[in-house]
Amino acid sequence: MANLYWIPKAWLIPLLPALAFPFIAFITRKARGLSALTAILAIGVSLVISLGVLWEVIAHGITMDNPVEYSTVWLQIPQLLKIEAGLLIDPLSAVMLLVVTLVAFLVEIYSIGYMEDDPGFSVFFAYLSLFGASMLGLVLANNYFMIYFFWELVGLCSYLLIGFWYHRAEAARAGFKAFVVNRLADFGFLLGFFFLFIIFHTFNFRELAAAIPAYHNVGLLTVAALLVFTGPIGKSAQFPLHVWLPDAMEGPTPVSALIHAATMVAAGVYLLARAYVLFASLPNVMLVVAYVGGFTAIFAATIAIAQRDIKRILAYSTISQLGYMVMAMGVGSMTAGIFHLTTHAFFKALLFLAAGSVIHALHEQDIFRMGGLYKDMKVTTVTFIIGALALAGIPPFAGFWSKDEILAAAYHNGFLGLYILGTLVAFLTAFYMFRLIFITFFGERRAGLHGHESPPVMTIPLGILALLSIFAGFVGTPFTARGFSTFVYYAAPHEVEPDYMVMALSTLVALAGIALAWWLYGRPSDLPERLKESYRWAYNLLWNKFYIDEFYLWIYRRIFWGLAEAFHWHDRHVVDGLWDGVGDVTRASGQKLRYLQTGNLQTYALVFFTAVVVIALWMAGMGGMIR
Amino acid sequence: MSFPVLSAILLAPVAGLLILLFIPEREELTIKIVSALATLVSLVLSVAIYFLYDSSQGGLQFCEEISWLPEWGIKYSLGVDGISLPLVLLTALVGFTAVFASWDIQRRVKEFFIFLLMLVAGIFGVFMTRDLFFFYLFFDMAVIPSYLLIIIWGSTRKEYGAMKLTLYHVVGSAFLLVAIIATAIYGAKALGYFTFDLYSLSQVNFDVGFQKIVFFLMLIGFGVLVPMWPLHLWAPDGHVAAPTAISMLLAGVIMKLGGYGLIRVALWFFPEAAHYWAPFIALLSLVNVIYGAMVAMVQRDLKFVIGYSSVSHMGYVLLGVAALNTLSLDGAVAQMFAHGVMTALFFALVGNVYQRTHTRELARLGGLAHQMPRVAAGFLLAGLASLGLPGLNNFVAEFLIFLGAFGREDLMLGGSLAFRTVAILAISGIVITAVYVLRIVKNVFFGPPLPEWEGLSDVRGVEMVPIVVLGFTLIFFGLLPSLQINMIDASVAPIVAKIKAAKAIGGIF
Repeated sequence: MANLYWIPKAWLIPLLPALAFPFIAFITRKARGLSALTAILAIGVSLVISLGVLWEVIAHGITMDNPVEYSTVWLQIPQLLKIEAGLLIDPLSAVMLLVVTLVAFLVEIYSIGYMEDDPGFSVFFAYLSLFGASMLGLVLANNYFMIYFFWELVGLCSYLLIGFWYHRAEAARAGFKAFVVNRLADFGFLLGFFFLFIIFHTFNFRELAAAIPAYHNVGLLTVAALLVFTGPIGKSAQFPLHVWLPDAMEGPTPVSALIHAATMVAAGVYLLARAYVLFASLPNVMLVVAYVGGFTAIFAATIAIAQRDIKRILAYSTISQLGYMVMAMGVGSMTAGIFHLTTHAFFKALLFLAAGSVIHALHEQDIFRMGGLYKDMKVTTVTFIIGALALAGIPPFAGFWSKDEILAAAYHNGFLGLYILGTLVAFLTAFYMFRLIFITFFGERRAGLHGHESPPVMTIPLGILALLSIFAGFVGTPFTARGFSTFVYYAAPHEVEPDYMVMALSTLVALAGIALAWWLYGRPSDLPERLKESYRWAYNLLWNKFYIDEFYLWIYRRIFWGLAEAFHWHDRHVVDGLWDGVGDVTRASGQKLRYLQTGNLQTYALVFFTAVVVIALWMAGMGGMIR
Repeated sequence: MSFPVLSAILLAPVAGLLILLFIPEREELTIKIVSALATLVSLVLSVAIYFLYDSSQGGLQFCEEISWLPEWGIKYSLGVDGISLPLVLLTALVGFTAVFASWDIQRRVKEFFIFLLMLVAGIFGVFMTRDLFFFYLFFDMAVIPSYLLIIIWGSTRKEYGAMKLTLYHVVGSAFLLVAIIATAIYGAKALGYFTFDLYSLSQVNFDVGFQKIVFFLMLIGFGVLVPMWPLHLWAPDGHVAAPTAISMLLAGVIMKLGGYGLIRVALWFFPEAAHYWAPFIALLSLVNVIYGAMVAMVQRDLKFVIGYSSVSHMGYVLLGVAALNTLSLDGAVAQMFAHGVMTALFFALVGNVYQRTHTRELARLGGLAHQMPRVAAGFLLAGLASLGLPGLNNFVAEFLIFLGAFGREDLMLGGSLAFRTVAILAISGIVITAVYVLRIVKNVFFGPPLPEWEGLSDVRGVEMVPIVVLGFTLIFFGLLPSLQINMIDASVAPIVAKIKAAKAIGGIF
């Protein structure tokens, strides 16, 4: 690999934001403008290098089978443990680098406007920089240890940014919940790669990829793979650990766009892709992955149709789309999963930022208190609709191509059930997105709320993301020669055959969803209310998110906490009581032997010492006897 | 041997203490500055030898020796290896920052710092000495001043806490004394001369029956300090009673005397007994970790939370000891260092909060990040270290313990599956830790500002010293763990070699 210019500089990509973090926190904190400039400059340069890396990966024929790896030893214990700090650059990481740096760059620019009046402006940019560094480190990691390292750090950033407005009790609680739920998942993930380590004695992805196919203890490997999969279940908010993501919407909206829609939550999917060889060799585990993903997709989509909070609807949509990606991994198309990750990053970031523009103008998140916003917020409305079309899978928007590839993969790999389920999700997706659009942007204006368009610093990122939401899909259409599937793949590059039936059907159901949304919400009608009344139970079930939070809260408060209280009681009464009992006996004897009691610590020590010497002499005799 | 650097580290607090005797009581600032300088000398020299220590060579370095009672084989002999040197550095760090955490002491300032320096010197002695007799002497030198420091300068239920702590420690040290004397007598018979020298005694092949008994005595004696369940109750009660600096030293350093003793003496001298008792220690460690963490979770007093969290975290040290392999013991030593720094930082910050609000009740605290953002940031850092966040020292330590315990080569005790189950359950402690740590962060620092705490000031000036010094240490070794682990590993290796070579005997179960 001679003449590489950008790739050997890839270590700078996470390092620059990493340096921006302490720089902002300790030096420029008082100077708001400088803080934002530092953060944006750092991620901007990282973006340029990422573009260079991607270009070189393409130009120099660096493929999934022929990656570039740099590595240095971080910690070594001879013959037992070697932990590397290393970079793995292949098409997968190159694409992901671009996605992360690009979205982060746009979100940070947008944040200048969105966070303008916030007293924590500089701290916000410091945290975003720390997040950028951690996320990029995660993407570049060449081994499980390092990916776990950064996995935890992005979790920290998520915690800090969800609770950014820590004076709000809900925000503090949401951050706490997010961290603890993810911790539970990471516990499994940690055990998973411990299993891999004790089998293969390495954390390195490529060394593992070489060793796994030759290993034949399927049982042990299955345990390891399932445990590794708990990591993505937490981070990518899959059922049953999805509960933290909707609450995470308490964070500022740019955070929701960057961390809780486009990048960090996709880290779970990225991990599946990185560890794909482990999963691909275990059909049973693949089945679990596929069904967890598929179930999550439909489960979250149904909840989304009943929500009223603009950000929560988008959050459930994110969960649902992440379910799609996980399902793609499970049905055997790593390419489709990553492709959808990429397009989703753009259009979901767009949707969140456009929603942020609405919230910025109205200070209101309940869609039923909005209406007719298109008159005041043209750019926001248009870009939001573009994002929604992409999400709903209307051709030729980006989401259509990637979602279609997932459905086609499910269909052709023999998962007919999941294919039908996925198509149903496409219908629901189109429905809940356009329900949101008709209620929020069209219809009558609500009294007291006057929208105004956001400043250009916010609308320009919207415009760029809108363009990406329209065009980004073209890199991977079935009609693109040497497209995405020949670039990011598992096992062998392949061309995607167009399946017109799948395409037509998914387009039709999406259009049907939009039509239904229009019929119910696009015109004056009391039908939605009547439906709600006649199917009260169903509405309650969806509105209350299937009562899963309540169930977990019950376990946490009643069982977990109750057990802890029991331990505490035990500690104070049984254990302490035991020793106090010993003390009481001593004291009672002391009552008898009052005249010996001086109340003087030295005297006690003397008694102890004498006793000890006696025992020691006895022991010495014992020691002699034992010999 | 050129400059007796270890003696200098040990005697700097003693010299400071002697100078303090001649400073009038009312010169409070001078007293504090002398104390700070005395501990600073120890700190600078400790940092210097830490980086001068040759890890590739390993073994004892910077040795010194003066014969003291030759007919009894008792020598004043000092030396440090990769196990004791991190703990010497820990003592220096915590001792130095404890002086600054005591800057606002009001009553009997002179005596306070005299006892404080005596305590620090005693702890240095335990970690440096190569003589079992001196080991015991220094050990008790640490117990007595901590009693006085709590009972005079303490707070909540101080008489009770001080007495409880002292009785636990005295009882523990009685067991220890028996074990030490028995070991020395056995050693004398085997070697033909009387000695307390650690290295000489380690060469003795102790009879397995003898090993089992004496190991158990040491397990009690050292276990009290660790603190090993069910001998742990002095820790929460003692911390609540103790003034800030003493809490820092108690949890930060004195607990480590227990873990250090177990590794340095019990494992090294009695490898067969180590195999025998390991399953027992593993079970107790599990109780420490899980039970300690869950009890920490439901506490209503901030210091009780931290006190029980130490019970939980030191359980990982016990787990590392019980797993009896290189990774786990490397991790156990690193965990002692990391936990010491982290918990000292915690107590310093709790002290800052208490000094301003005069309460540690979780129910009354809230929203303090508004008034004291620096305290909040420091507390969050300590909390993140506590829950094992990568990039901070504790993560590396816990990771090694987990990997060692989880993946231990089967050493014929209890079967690997049983041991692995214990390890998995213990690792689940990272979830509970996250719950109780973030819960107190949320309840104390987050939420709306409370009118009651309006106008409280943030830390500044010398109060920042603990946060900066200890926080920096956590990050430094978190990012560059090889500076710590390589040193430890070189010195753990001979102990593990001895354990592996030990005659196979079945575990207790």
